[in-house]
Amino acid sequence: MYTPHTARDVEEMLRAVGVTSLDELVRVPDAVAVKAPLDLVPQLSEIEIAARFDDFARATSAGAYLSFLGAGAYRHYVPPVIGALAMRGEFLTSYTPYQAEVSQGYLQAIYEWQTYVALLTGLDVANASVYDGATAVAEAAIVAINATGRRAVLVSQAVHPNYRAVLRTYAAGLDIAVDELPYGAAGNTDFSALERLLADQRYAAVIVQTPNFFGCIDAPPRAAVTAIKATQTLLIGVTAEALALAALATPASWGADIAAGEGQSFGNAVAYGGPHVGFLATTSEQLRRIPGRLVGRTVDRDGRTAYVLTLQAREQHIRRERATSNICTNQAHCALIATIYLAALGKTGLRDVAAHNLVQAAALRAAVTALDGYAPRFSAPVFNEFVLRVPGNAAATLAALRQRGIVGGLDLGRFYPELADCILMTATELTTAADIERLTAALAESAPEPGRGTIARI
Amino acid sequence: MPAFDTPLIFDGGQDGRANRYVPAAPPLADLLPAALLRDELPLPDNTELDVVRHFTRLSQKTFGIDTVFYPLGSCTMKYNPRINDALANLPALRDLHPFVPDELAQGALAIMWELERSLASLFGMAAFSLNPAAGAHAELTALLIAKAFYKKKGDAGRTTVIVPDTAHGTNPASAAMVGYNVVSLASDERGRVSLDAIRAAAGADTAVCMMTNPNTLGLFEDQIHEIAAVVHAAGGLMYYDGANANALMGNSRPGDMGFDLMHLNLHKTFSIPHGGGGAGAGPVGVAAHLVPFLPVPVVRAAGHDEAGGRWPSDGLTFRLEFDRPDAVGTMRSFWSNFAHVVRALAYCYANGADGLARVSQLAVLNANYIRVAIRDLIDIPYDEINRHEFVASAQSIKRETGVRALDIGKALLDRGYHAPTVYFPLLVPECIMIEPTETESKETLDGFIGALREILIAARELPQSVLDAPVTTAVSRVDETRAARFPDLRWRPPGP
Amino acid sequence: MAQPPGLLFSKDHEWVKLDGDVATIGITDYAQHSLGDIVYVELPRVGATLQQFAAIGVVESVKAVSDIFTPLGGDVLEINAAVESDASLVNREPFGGGWFYKLKLADDAEKNNLMSGADYDKLIAEG
Repeated sequence: MYTPHTARDVEEMLRAVGVTSLDELVRVPDAVAVKAPLDLVPQLSEIEIAARFDDFARATSAGAYLSFLGAGAYRHYVPPVIGALAMRGEFLTSYTPYQAEVSQGYLQAIYEWQTYVALLTGLDVANASVYDGATAVAEAAIVAINATGRRAVLVSQAVHPNYRAVLRTYAAGLDIAVDELPYGAAGNTDFSALERLLADQRYAAVIVQTPNFFGCIDAPPRAAVTAIKATQTLLIGVTAEALALAALATPASWGADIAAGEGQSFGNAVAYGGPHVGFLATTSEQLRRIPGRLVGRTVDRDGRTAYVLTLQAREQHIRRERATSNICTNQAHCALIATIYLAALGKTGLRDVAAHNLVQAAALRAAVTALDGYAPRFSAPVFNEFVLRVPGNAAATLAALRQRGIVGGLDLGRFYPELADCILMTATELTTAADIERLTAALAESAPEPGRGTIARI
Repeated sequence: MPAFDTPLIFDGGQDGRANRYVPAAPPLADLLPAALLRDELPLPDNTELDVVRHFTRLSQKTFGIDTVFYPLGSCTMKYNPRINDALANLPALRDLHPFVPDELAQGALAIMWELERSLASLFGMAAFSLNPAAGAHAELTALLIAKAFYKKKGDAGRTTVIVPDTAHGTNPASAAMVGYNVVSLASDERGRVSLDAIRAAAGADTAVCMMTNPNTLGLFEDQIHEIAAVVHAAGGLMYYDGANANALMGNSRPGDMGFDLMHLNLHKTFSIPHGGGGAGAGPVGVAAHLVPFLPVPVVRAAGHDEAGGRWPSDGLTFRLEFDRPDAVGTMRSFWSNFAHVVRALAYCYANGADGLARVSQLAVLNANYIRVAIRDLIDIPYDEINRHEFVASAQSIKRETGVRALDIGKALLDRGYHAPTVYFPLLVPECIMIEPTETESKETLDGFIGALREILIAARELPQSVLDAPVTTAVSRVDETRAARFPDLRWRPPGP
Repeated sequence: MAQPPGLLFSKDHEWVKLDGDVATIGITDYAQHSLGDIVYVELPRVGATLQQFAAIGVVESVKAVSDIFTPLGGDVLEINAAVESDASLVNREPFGGGWFYKLKLADDAEKNNLMSGADYDKLIAEG
């Protein structure tokens, strides 16, 4: 399919090449030739493909459920203008803008993305994006390793568990140690052991996330930042919910040397996990250690403003085994979507969306914790998600909600065995008062009878 | 191409021009203590028309497959079918949260499972993982798999990766990320890896030999079976870089060649849009002995005859499996670049096994058709039947006229074609690498051949006209030295 | 192409100017010319101890990157901040304002591993 060759074209072209058949053209030694038929999906017409995918879509029943899931992937309102612009063929079907003269538009858009990330994080420079939040954290850790020459990093347990998992995967390759800082009673990172841990200057970086995985605002306190700076350790600030950057104190303002995180919330779909868009920003000091692509502004031969991929000597195709990272692609199209979203929402729109997230999360939290037996697990202020402690265990509560057409949130026992009675719940600007009422009614109906929860826990 | 200046989005915008996408909200200061809030948010407010005009103008200053032909070697810039985008945008799939329970995501899991199984059959692997986000990410994944495999075996001395000099630049960079050393392998006079060279290179320290086939010269490594045997006899693993997989679908399988590990670039072979440099998708395939090391999660099927079963007729059910003790871990935040998995599976359906075989045959035909049509005007260092791409060398043109490969590429821009890949692979001086793909018609190829011939003639008769190109684009040649010496990577608000 | 007098050279195209036990180090005119427009130089830190011929920094041009192999071992006394902020100095004045760093020699005998300007001329002529 999608091949334009008529029988006559093929014949003429074969003659020009000087062979008699297509088979002759692609002949390979017998030992490596395909002999048996392949077990592939059957060939279908477009109308049949659409029907097949309708079947897939129907069997994906989650869409019929009211959902309070977040935990690193957030459903936000996406104005139709975003898709209308991003899906223009010039953007969608263009190659990496190595030919600057015919890529000025895309290059400028990525320069604008870099600027948005720099302004949102308060840091000096940002790259053209990385794969997602988790890989952004891993790449940030590598920047710190290269900057300090140290071979270990210290990461808060309140950083997204999947981000920590990816960090461990990368660290195994590079033979880097990954140690963890616990979280405390309020839901923030517990920095009490920090000074002792940093004393021997073993760590390249301390990695914290705010809002953290529990939804708690978790910028490190001043004393912790002082200890980090005093030992020439880099501070990496992670954000899994980029929208929070529009409201909360910037990573730069509380001392982060690198900001790394997930930009999906800016106009990109959750899409069962991808593609999303990682961002990475840092200080001018680390400029030459930033992995991935960077767009710079310069001039053309005639002195006109022009944009171009720059500092390419850092990258894999020049430095090969000495590159700062092997990363080759950026998530250009996801970054473009995010840039258009940020341009369309603007300062006012972003602040309003952030405010709605705060309001709805607070309303949800108040409503569910008013129910008998349900309580907030942590006390620290939150952005748009929070941890709810339920009577009995979270898995049972979520199963009961599912019976009532609701995905109530994330069972934290999946990642934290000690939080098996806890659900991470999220509200965004798309959450309505009616949604909250429906959830509270369902929770009230599905609650275990008084005493039963207690028995179950014994 | 419009040459008008487009101011930055930050140069325009006025307070009070905000769009009303959400209802008015209370001020943030009413919702959180001031100490937790940022001081200011220095972003412009724009009307929607400002935004539409800005980005539409930017799009007009950008080439895409939708507007021009890309003869871009090793990049497989084929047509991106629009049905694929429509399917990826189905609300049930687009809005599916990665943490929903598996029973609410059965259709999505079926899509992943079908693609994994189709790729395994097409390339002769035991299993595929859709976890890695791109080709280089997949290379890293594969090398981590190799490292985990040797660790499990207690084989600690294997730290060397053999990479031919025709390899992609990511190969050595990926090797460095798992602490492996790189040994470069010189190609022989036939542009291929010779048995003598691999025998000399492979040994007790060999972890992985990374190759692509056809290689980046567009030549089929016809001794691949023997090369793999040498590496295996030395105890090493064979890794197939799938960048050039568009040449051999349905014709030859990496698994049958002796490769133990491989990756694909869905954005090349499987018609995913490049999107200006991403997002891509890089499935990793492995032979049976490496399956336990695949990254998590893995899609598992249960039900009637799961290996040969069909969904939904055989009552298959699916789940994501995370608990796999030998797995290398996970490579990304969430499971896969799922929207691209949808697109790739739709592309498999549009073609079927026979269609994909024909895709590869016609990709090879198109490349050879261009090769024979220009060889009287430019050197073709390996002038034989090539696969889906071939290389030319502007070395003698440069010597005679001063016109370089780069200049020839720039002159093509003025004639409405994207430039070919230049200066890669590194072993061919003034290299021009051409890969037309199968979706281009004979008429398009004839037009391109005409333009290229015109430029090659002009290079000799009027070289300055080629050196000055491009002149019809939004900007002329860009000062890259200035960009790198004095990095200007962001706009800054005007100072107080 | 005679080299400036009084300098010693390494086969990696670095030059050395000795002043007692202090060596000033840079790259040769031939090296800057082959690299093309140099955009960035990464130098060792002041106080670092370098081993002779170790890779201790990099020189980047637009599309290439090369290691700096220190022609002599010792402790870094001073680095040239001017080339860090404007790398084009290396192209313009490789033997002058484009110097890289100064170090306090660890072992005077190491200079026996270097060559004279005449020998360096021969090396690049064979190049």
